[in-house]
Amino acid sequence: MLLDMRSFWRTLDHGSLRDISLVCLADAIVGASFGAITVSGGLHPWVPVTMSVLVFAGGAQFAAAGVVLAGGSPAAAVLAGLVLNARLLPFGFTVADAVGGRWRTRLPGAQLITDETVAFTLRQHERQRRRVTFWTCGLALFGCWNVAVVLGVLAGAVMRNTGSFGLDAAFPTVLLALVLPSLADRGTRNAALAGAVIAVALTPLLPAGLPVLLALAGLLLAGRPAAAGADTSPALEAR
Amino acid sequence: MPLLAIAALAAGTYAFRLAGPVFRHRIRIPDRVQRLLSVATAVLLAALVATAALTQGHSFAGWARPAGVLVGGVLAVRRAPFPVVVVAAAATTAVLRLAGLP
Repeated sequence: MLLDMRSFWRTLDHGSLRDISLVCLADAIVGASFGAITVSGGLHPWVPVTMSVLVFAGGAQFAAAGVVLAGGSPAAAVLAGLVLNARLLPFGFTVADAVGGRWRTRLPGAQLITDETVAFTLRQHERQRRRVTFWTCGLALFGCWNVAVVLGVLAGAVMRNTGSFGLDAAFPTVLLALVLPSLADRGTRNAALAGAVIAVALTPLLPAGLPVLLALAGLLLAGRPAAAGADTSPALEAR
Repeated sequence: MPLLAIAALAAGTYAFRLAGPVFRHRIRIPDRVQRLLSVATAVLLAALVATAALTQGHSFAGWARPAGVLVGGVLAVRRAPFPVVVVAAAATTAVLRLAGLP
């Protein structure tokens, strides 16, 4: 471990630990749904498990798997996932100090950068607390997420005829719950609605996966940034 | 989904993540780019929601699925717990199908 364990636990207050456990629980449910939905949709069990360890970003995992399950090409799936994960680039700068300055902390630490770890780290201002928060939250989430995905895969493998369970409605609902907080901003909402209309309108005409990418044309409606300081980082609230 | 695609997505994602910790003293991301990236995230997710809820292949998915998603969406807006949202959506769709709606 990076830090002496006793000072480690003293640095994090009970409130933060409780919040982190709650987010872990919520993410575990998302992870289990990811495993169950992808496997029952026909993907090989190794796909969701490998993705969860290597990509470790819920939105992008759902997006990429969704494109493939809809019959889209792997290239379109990768592109959709990368566009979603591009937000991790500015996030990385935000928490760089908490990740640490040495390569042996940077290399594993970078993989732990997610919406949740960034949100928790931003709440702390003192240097040592930021570090402890980042690493505790990151490692806890990494563990919960991957264990939950495996459990979900096992559950999904047992289910036959997922249509009669309504599981096909679960996937868009998970994504909807993830995107809702960011739609409070009007510019974002307009762009998102335009993108959704574009994607649905083009679906009968174009190969699967492409309409979702072309939805990015909706960005033209995003308008000027709202008042300075408006929180437009979408998935900071949930994943 | 081929392993190569997963590897490409994982490598690109890791590069996005690692850039900050490595280059933080040399580069600053402009606010406009940050906002663009966060709006792009919302646009892509919304497009995925719409297509996954309404379409199957190249045509309409039937009424049961969007109805379930709508129920889940309303619950999410009302801040219902996440598991409730997902289970309600799936249950609505399942019940509608049981009743004969496609």
